[in-house]
Formats: sequence, C-alpha cells, structure tokens
Amino acid sequence: MLYGTLFIVCIYYILPLWVMVMTSLKGMPEIRVGNIFAPPVEITFEPWVKAWSEACTGLNCDGLSRGFWNSVRILVPSVILSIAVASVNGYALVNWRFKGADVFFTILIFGSFIPYQVMLYPIVILLREMGIYGTLSGLVLVHTIFGMPILTLLFRNYFSSLPEELFKAARVDGAGFWAIYFRIMLPMSMPIFVVAVILQVTGIWNDFLFGVVFTKPDIYPMTVQLNNIVNSVQGVKEYNVNMAATLLTGLVPLTIYFISGKLFVRGIAAGAVKG
Amino acid sequence: MHSISVKELTLNFGAVSVLKDLNLDVAEGEFIVLLGPSGCGKSTLLNCLAGLLDITDGEIWIKGKNVTWAEPSERGIGMVFQSYALYPQMTVRGNLSFGLKNARMPQAEIDKRVARAAEILQIGPLLDRKPGALSGGQRQRVAIGRALVRDVDVFLFDEPLSNLDAKLRSELRVEIKRLHSRLNNTMVYVTHDQIEALTLADRIAVMRGGIIQQLDAPQVIYNRPANLFVAGFIGSPAMNFLHGATVDGGRRFEAGGIGLSLEGYEGGAVGARPEVVLGLRPEHLEIVPGAEEGRTIPAVVELDEPMGADSLVWLKAGGAQMSVRVPVERRMARGAAVHLRVDMTKASLFDAATEQRI
Amino acid sequence: MADGARRNPLFRNLTAKLAAVPMVLTALVVFAGGTVWTVVYSFTSSKLLPKLKWVGLDQYERLWGASRWLVAIENLLIYGVLSLVLTISIGFMLAVLLDQKIRFEDTFRTIMLYPFALSFIVTGLVWQWLLNPEFGVPSVIKAMGWESFELDLLHDPKIVLYGLLVAGLWQGTGFVMCIMLAGLRGIDEDIWKACRVDGIPRWKTYLFVIVPMMRPVFITTLVIVASGIVKLYDLVVAQTSGGPGNASQVPAMYVYDYMFQAQNLGQGFAASSMMLVSVLIVLIPWAYLEFGGRKRG
Repeated sequence: MLYGTLFIVCIYYILPLWVMVMTSLKGMPEIRVGNIFAPPVEITFEPWVKAWSEACTGLNCDGLSRGFWNSVRILVPSVILSIAVASVNGYALVNWRFKGADVFFTILIFGSFIPYQVMLYPIVILLREMGIYGTLSGLVLVHTIFGMPILTLLFRNYFSSLPEELFKAARVDGAGFWAIYFRIMLPMSMPIFVVAVILQVTGIWNDFLFGVVFTKPDIYPMTVQLNNIVNSVQGVKEYNVNMAATLLTGLVPLTIYFISGKLFVRGIAAGAVKG
Repeated sequence: MHSISVKELTLNFGAVSVLKDLNLDVAEGEFIVLLGPSGCGKSTLLNCLAGLLDITDGEIWIKGKNVTWAEPSERGIGMVFQSYALYPQMTVRGNLSFGLKNARMPQAEIDKRVARAAEILQIGPLLDRKPGALSGGQRQRVAIGRALVRDVDVFLFDEPLSNLDAKLRSELRVEIKRLHSRLNNTMVYVTHDQIEALTLADRIAVMRGGIIQQLDAPQVIYNRPANLFVAGFIGSPAMNFLHGATVDGGRRFEAGGIGLSLEGYEGGAVGARPEVVLGLRPEHLEIVPGAEEGRTIPAVVELDEPMGADSLVWLKAGGAQMSVRVPVERRMARGAAVHLRVDMTKASLFDAATEQRI
Repeated sequence: MADGARRNPLFRNLTAKLAAVPMVLTALVVFAGGTVWTVVYSFTSSKLLPKLKWVGLDQYERLWGASRWLVAIENLLIYGVLSLVLTISIGFMLAVLLDQKIRFEDTFRTIMLYPFALSFIVTGLVWQWLLNPEFGVPSVIKAMGWESFELDLLHDPKIVLYGLLVAGLWQGTGFVMCIMLAGLRGIDEDIWKACRVDGIPRWKTYLFVIVPMMRPVFITTLVIVASGIVKLYDLVVAQTSGGPGNASQVPAMYVYDYMFQAQNLGQGFAASSMMLVSVLIVLIPWAYLEFGGRKRG
C-alpha cells in the first residue's frame, strides 16, 4: 500500500522525462500517428542533431549549440566570481565582525525575497553607466549579485559552525585576514564549496529572466534560445526536435543532480534553513 | 617590572558590562589562575590579554610594553585552547611551524624550534601525523607545543584540560606544572576546576561578574576567603554557613539557640554585629560525644557518604545542614545525636550585608 | 606597533572591511537603492527613459484600470493559493511517506526531486507537449476509448491556470518534500517513543504532535514558496506565453512587457512596486514572528 502509493507518485514524476526521451527519438510521422508514451518503433537521432545544430530561433538557424556555449561562457565566470565573493562575505561576517555588518547582511537576506522585477531597471542603468549592459561581463555581475544572499548565508552558516578557537589560534600565530581565509578556512570548507558550486551551476544554467533582460540575442544563454526555438511561430512544429532541444538544455543540471545526489539535497536544505 | 599589567580594564558588549575596571599585575615567572563560574569573565579577560577582543577602556602592558591595541601576534604571547584548535589539514609539524612561517622566520630556525618543542613535550614521533590521528592528550600536547615554539615569555591557557577525561587531565596537569618549572615563564591559566587552580597556581584570581573577588595564594584563598562568594565557591564539599549574630561585644556568636565563643578567631575583635555568617569548612569540624560550653554545636546525623579516603557526614545543626569530614572507618548511625566541635582559629566570619570577611 | 596608541577605529580590521565592500555595495546600492529608485520612479510619467516628472498616483490608477493587470493579479492569487496549499500539503505527505523507514528511500527521493533541478523553461515546454491536445495525454486517453474526453489545459482560458499548476507542482513538490523530510528527521526520536508508549496512533502523532513541532519549518517553506510564486515568470513564458489571449498573464510578465517591450517605464515601475507590496505582505508578518519574537525571547 505504502509502496504502491509511492510507485504511482513516482510515475507522475518520471513520465515527463520518459515522454521527452521517447519523443526526441521518434520521427515526425510516428509522432503524428502514435501514442506519446510509446517507445519509438524506429529510433532516430536526427532530432538531436537538428536541435543541436540546425534548429531555428527566428533570428538564425544554427541550433542550440550557440546557446550552449554562451551558457558555458556565462556559467564559468559567474560561478567562480559569485562563490569567491560570497565565501569571503561569509568569512568576514563570522570572524571579522565590524559595526553594521549585520545590517548589510539583513538587507541582503531581505533583498533575496524582493521580486527581481523591482531591481531590474536600476541594474540596467548601473550596467549601462559601467558600459557593460548587454555584455557577458554584465550578466556575470548580475548573477554574482543575485547569488550573493543565498551563498553568503550558506557560507556564513558553515563558517560559524567551525570552532572559533581555530580562528583565534591562527590570529595568535600571526595570520591575517587573507592568510586565515586561504590557509585555514578554505582547506576545511571543501564540502560547502562543492554544495555552492552545485547550487550555482544549476541556478545560473536554468536562469531565463536575467538572460533575456541583460544580454543581446547573439549571447543569449541556452534557456532563452530554447524558448525561442520551441515557441517560435514560423513553420511546422517539429515536436521531436523541440523535445531533443529541451532535453539538451536540461542535461547539464540533470547530470549535476544525478552525480551530486545528497550534496544537492544539502544545498537545498542550506537555502531553506535560516541561520 | 611586571610581566603582565592590566590597568582599569573595562569591556562592554553593547549595554552589557563584561569586565569592570579590572586591575591585575602578574610578576615575571608567575603562574596565575583565573577561576570562577561560567560567565564570570575569566575567558573574556584572557582573550583581552591575547588581543582577540577589543577592550572598551583601560590598558594592557606585557613585558613593559603597552600592547593595548597591538595585534595578538605582536604581543609576545602563546595561547593554548580548550578545543586544542589544531589546524586539521596540517600535520603536527605544520601546526607547530605555521606561526613561525607567518613571521617569516628562516627554515633552519623553525626546524630547530620545532625539534626543541617536540623534545620537551615528547611528541617527536607524531610530527608527521595529522591532528585527526592523535588522541586527546596528544592533541593538547601539540597545542602546548604551538605556544612553546613561539619562544615567548607569556603563556595563556584557556581551560586547556576541560575536554580530557579525568585520568588524562591529572596527568597533563602535572606536566604543565613541570613545564612551568622548567621554562619558568609567566602563565595565565583559565579554569573552572578548583583542583587545577589549587594545584597549579602561585596565585589564584577568583572572579565573578567581571570583577576579581580575591587575588591571593591558593592557601590564603582556601583558608581566608575574602567574601562569601569565594568562601562558597572554593572547596568541595562547600563550606558550611551559619547565619547569626555576634554578641557580648563580639566575643560570642549566636544562631538558632546555639552559642559559640569567638576566642581564637584570627580576625581578632569583631565587635557586636546583628547579622553575620559564620563559615566552617567540613574538615575543621570534629564530631564529639559530649557538649563543651562555647565550643560545640548540637547536631543530628542525617546521612553519611563514604568517599574512599575519608567519609562525609551530613547533619542538621543550628537550623542548617552541615557536612563534616571524618575518617572513613567512622560510620555514623542515622538520627544519632552528636556534638560538633568548632576549630575557631580556622573559621571565617562574614558580614551578612556586605558579604565581606570581618 | 607597540606604542599603545589607539588606532582610528575606522581602520581596524581594514582588510575585512575592504573585503566586504562588494556585499555592502550590493546591499545598499542594488538591493536597497534599486528598490527605492523603482518605487520613486513609479510616481513619474517615465516612458522610454526614466524622467523625474511627477504624476502622483496616475500610474497606479492606470494599472488598476488595466484589464490585463487585473487578470494577472487574479491569476496570481488563484495560482498562488492553490499552489501554496497543494505544494506544501503534497510535499509534506510525500515526506511522511518517505519517513516510514522504507527501502530505496534515496531512489524515491531522487525521482521526486529531479524536476527541481530543471529550468522552468524546460518544465514549461515539457508540459506544453504533454498537454498538447492533438498528440499529448488527452489524445492518449481518447485513443484508449473515452471518445468524448476533451481537456485542453493550454488553450481554454478558463482552465489554463490548472495547466500551469500541474507543471508547477511537478517541479516544486520535490523541493518541499526535501525540506519537510529534513524537518521530520530533525525531530527527536524520543517524541515518537513517548507517543507510542502513550498509545497514540501514528496519524494522530503526525497531526497533533509533529506538525505543531515543525511550525518553523512550515513557515520558512511557506515564505520561500510564496516569494517564488510572486516571481513566477519563466514557466508561463515557456508553457503558455501568457495565452490564450491574456488568460494566463502574471504580474511579472506585465512588468517585463511594459519595461522592456512597450517602453512605458512608469507602468512597469508601478506594477513592479505592486509586486513588492505583495511580497511585503508575506514577508513582514514572517519577519516579525521570526526575528521580533526571537529578540524578546
């Protein structure tokens, strides 16, 4: 009874993935006549190839590959920068408390609940003033800013769980701010860095809104391009290509998810449990 | 020249005052123990000495230098922590040399110092292990070694033995004492364990509420506590207290129908006071069969607790519960009516209002 | 530095303060500053460019007179309440199911949580395909013999919201389940033992002992899920593009369109300020409970 319920629930969760894979492996004629749940009679990888290199977005027809590489170019610096900044924040907040630090932190946490829409336009202006509106660096900066609350919280909570005496001992040993950070804190914090990377890779890869607002079409991330391909109105809908494209976009976070397992769960819990 | 000199040190956390106008002079080579219940400010004071906490007001001098605002590493101190605070990712050798490397000391000198510390503490074979592979006692030795290699005149210990089990604790206690007699440097040692305090200290500073209540040699603290708090805090089982009054121009103590002559009290003439507290240590009372005028208190046995070396008898006397230390062979029957002979030369008398010793 | 001179407090821990500059700038300039800026400009007649030409509450009057905005708000309310109640109750029930010391717990959890790792865009597109009236689930049901079955969750303005809801639940319940499971695991085993000794049935224990004990977890989840719902945008864009017509519009979409498409900034600012207000309605009582209470306690 218990397992039965769970089994049925699981079908609900798995079915979309199943359908995605099946559809992406079928030819259009088979889709038109067949059942979406049925496995393909004749397996074809044509839709995948097409999604990757030929699908049209309305502007160009070089498939998702462009978006994929854009996303990679956005992802790598964003993940590194946001984690670097946030880990230093967390460390400073826990070990080098200065007046007003908690006020800024509180604003940061509350800021994470404010709808992004409220801050979009001021950021557009800021980026324009800095001359990086519509560029990769602009988007990287935006991801760093909006990743900051959750990551700072994550690191703050982790660092405050480390024994404070360790920090004191290092100070007596004459280590300064950066020496303690790099020599003592970093080597002890690898698990939380992994959690942060997982959180950021999935978060940034899945972003849509910032990609649309802060970049130009030729550097659109994969999610934006995917939406443009699938929801573009021209021509006949090629559902198999669409599903292949959708799967391709979901592949990166899914891979991270299945590899990381429990760490992903830990990242979620870290975000949910306030310190 | 004092090794450490604390002048009118005040520390506030927001509106809360943690240390109040505290003065403390430590002589060169002296072993000072800061003792008190948790929250009394003893660890806080140690952290101020180390420079790990910014003080609100006052001055701290170490070795004739004003270090009030100096960085911890510039103060010429070494520190040992309760949780050992060893860097888990470094080997023992790395732990010992981390501070020296930060001070940009030549490698040859570092090696020399590490070798010397390892020899003193007998941790030579452990040098290439990580802290995770060490036992509690070994870890604390390494932590002491980290202070040792700094070759400083002042050692600060923050409850260094609290995380160890009873047997190891007494072993390391002896070792710390041996270390002190060998190095002869100044040590400030924080603990809440009075045995550690009484065995190790040249002088004990008993603290409460951010104030040093009494600063004296262990024997003085034990025998002549300056106030009720110190009297009650030091000693296990605690000192017996009788609430009463001094009458007859201060020659007699009366409480709940009992009268004791104050003859022999080391405080001399105490005068007549309406409210006083007489403090008597369990070992300064003797159970005798018959009453002696002015020297005994009638009592009824409630319970006896054999403790191995000796035995503790709990009695009801003068309206209060009292304990008496007796030889273990002496068993007392419950309900037996006896008399307690008071050794007035070793008693303490406090003013009930000011709580100060008279 | 042994002169004992007190350094200027501004320069103590200077490195730490410098290292915190990005955080301070983000908090003050972007989060606080940006929010205030948007609210201020929502009282102007900014069109293509932001201009400080005051028009009072005009933008808000226009906003609340626009049928598209009213639909968006109504949708958000319906979707929000349903999604909140369903995600949390389903999430909790799943967590309870997984908490029964079952075998393959990790496998079940992995399956229920994987949608959360996906982009809303992916989720939206998958469900767009699944609910496709010609080839999707409805056609399969028809093919199985239920000829009269008609359910077009994407093109019928009356029920399009439920189409979004199915997709939203698919993605979000796993997340809530995970938090709830962590909460359940945080409860002292002795509570269970005590209830068993007292002979309280399991379901009663859950309802009257465990749920009240997990109040903080529920509240936190509620806040996180609710603030996520207000931001709802990607899913709608991908799954329905706000259609059919304006039937599945949401406020975030309205803001985006006015700010970046219709070049009517003032409208966009007013709409986003209203979004802010709606979040504050959720946030302020929570912050009061969470932090105000803690300070007193």
